[in-house]
Amino acid sequence: MTDTERVRPETIRAVPVRHPGRWVAAAVIVVLAAMLVSNIVTNANYNWAEQWKYFFSPPVLNGVRNTIWLTIAAMLGGVSLGIVLALMRLSPNPLMRGASWLYLWVFRGTPLYTQLLIWGNIGALFPQFGIGIPFGPEFVTWPTNALYSAALMAALGLILNEAAYMAEIIRAGILSVDPGQQEAAQALGMTRMHTMRRIVLPQAMRVIVPPTGNEAISMLKNTSLVAAIPYLELTFTAQTIYASTYQVIPMLIMACIWYLILSSIMMIGQFYIERYYAKGSHPGGGRVRFIGGTA
Amino acid sequence: MSDVMVRAEQVCKDFGHVQVLKGIDLEVLNGEVMCVIGPSGSGKSTFLRCINHLEKVNAGRLYVDGRLIGYREHGGKLHELKEREVAAQRKDIGMVFQRFNLFPHMTALENVMEAPQRVKGEPASVVRTRAEELMERVGLAAKMRSYPAQLSGGQQQRVAIARALAMQPKLMLFDEPTSALDPELVGEVLDVMRDLAREGMTMIVVTHEMGFAREVGDSLVFMDDGIVVEKGSPREVLTNPQHERTKLFLSKVL
Repeated sequence: MTDTERVRPETIRAVPVRHPGRWVAAAVIVVLAAMLVSNIVTNANYNWAEQWKYFFSPPVLNGVRNTIWLTIAAMLGGVSLGIVLALMRLSPNPLMRGASWLYLWVFRGTPLYTQLLIWGNIGALFPQFGIGIPFGPEFVTWPTNALYSAALMAALGLILNEAAYMAEIIRAGILSVDPGQQEAAQALGMTRMHTMRRIVLPQAMRVIVPPTGNEAISMLKNTSLVAAIPYLELTFTAQTIYASTYQVIPMLIMACIWYLILSSIMMIGQFYIERYYAKGSHPGGGRVRFIGGTA
Repeated sequence: MSDVMVRAEQVCKDFGHVQVLKGIDLEVLNGEVMCVIGPSGSGKSTFLRCINHLEKVNAGRLYVDGRLIGYREHGGKLHELKEREVAAQRKDIGMVFQRFNLFPHMTALENVMEAPQRVKGEPASVVRTRAEELMERVGLAAKMRSYPAQLSGGQQQRVAIARALAMQPKLMLFDEPTSALDPELVGEVLDVMRDLAREGMTMIVVTHEMGFAREVGDSLVFMDDGIVVEKGSPREVLTNPQHERTKLFLSKVL
């Protein structure tokens, strides 16, 4: 048989496999969803009117604002300090490596809530704060209570804790870059810092960004722990409101809706950042779709 | 400029207890194309990496264009060079790797422009013109805006050669530049290297391409077990090897 004579065999038209399990699962899910909707509509305890009354009230908006800036400050600070800790951990200098390890051991090994309680009571540990020569004279001192602010301690507590986690994420990202990249950069006469900044970190970002997005979304929710300081963010604000109105569930659900709105916005941002750092990683030049996979 | 581009004196390199280089003595003249062959594990790649100080030599001396590599000799003592000084020495030595090692987050043109612009600090317009010329010279004028992942192995390796040439090096090191390529792509990379040799570039090429070594090489070195077993003109070494080990190796690869 020659090429021109080749006949394509009949296209297969087989009976597809049946999936009865899918129909059962669909039925169960539909029933559960109907029950949930019915409950939301008929259960007066949600008290949607009460939620709506407070949703854009000044104290709630203030709590939302504080939650937002704490999340941003904690992530910016945590990433910056995390880069330093990761570079220390990968340094050829054993003292640097040891110091970084010790930091991680302390801040990852203790609960965030407990750390925040300590920051809230820091004046009891260090009554005075000063600048001077170690073990020598101090030039200026202040009573800690004069410098203390709940906002500062809340941000500090979150940053120091987040840095420990970010350090590990960044270190993993750096280690994921092919060592050949560093060799090629060095062979072109680049210094270690230049190689890190221009060659290694941009490639490490592809590995660093997705878990960092998770960290940021966790952080949005972990800001609620700064009630330990105490500092008036969203959850603590909701608590102060229901302390006088006794509408506990409506206020907590209202807070949840605010958290969902904020985390949804963050997910959209994360998608665009991931797409930016995927530059050059798809042979077809295809764009990444929102739910994953390439178009 | 001296006549000798590379001089190796008793170069030794150990990895832990393993001696990889056991005293290499070699001279590469200005404009010479030296090919290095030998079985895997013979130390030929390690020797190449010592020349631009990607590996530190443990004993002996390496000079490129009359300058000691990696150290400063002062008052009868060797002082390690600072990172910045080592980087400065590497600017004059181009290197091409077996696995290309292009920067995947940059386009082909950006790969070529990065070092001259940001290491040497040359103005962007000058660098761009030179980079475009180089891309044309390696036959990839149409691929300047492509990312490495969109290029074939042979195209990537040609970009890697252009990237090394963009620094206007005095010496080019090739570490098995065609070993990772599909057979039908080897030719296009060797063509670029042949042109480069014709233009008078000093080159050290670690390779398994005996045809290239015979045709383009001015000298051929056979290394085995960390020493130079034989050196001579490619024709002599390939057709009339003097040592048993060379004969044995050539009988397996030719």
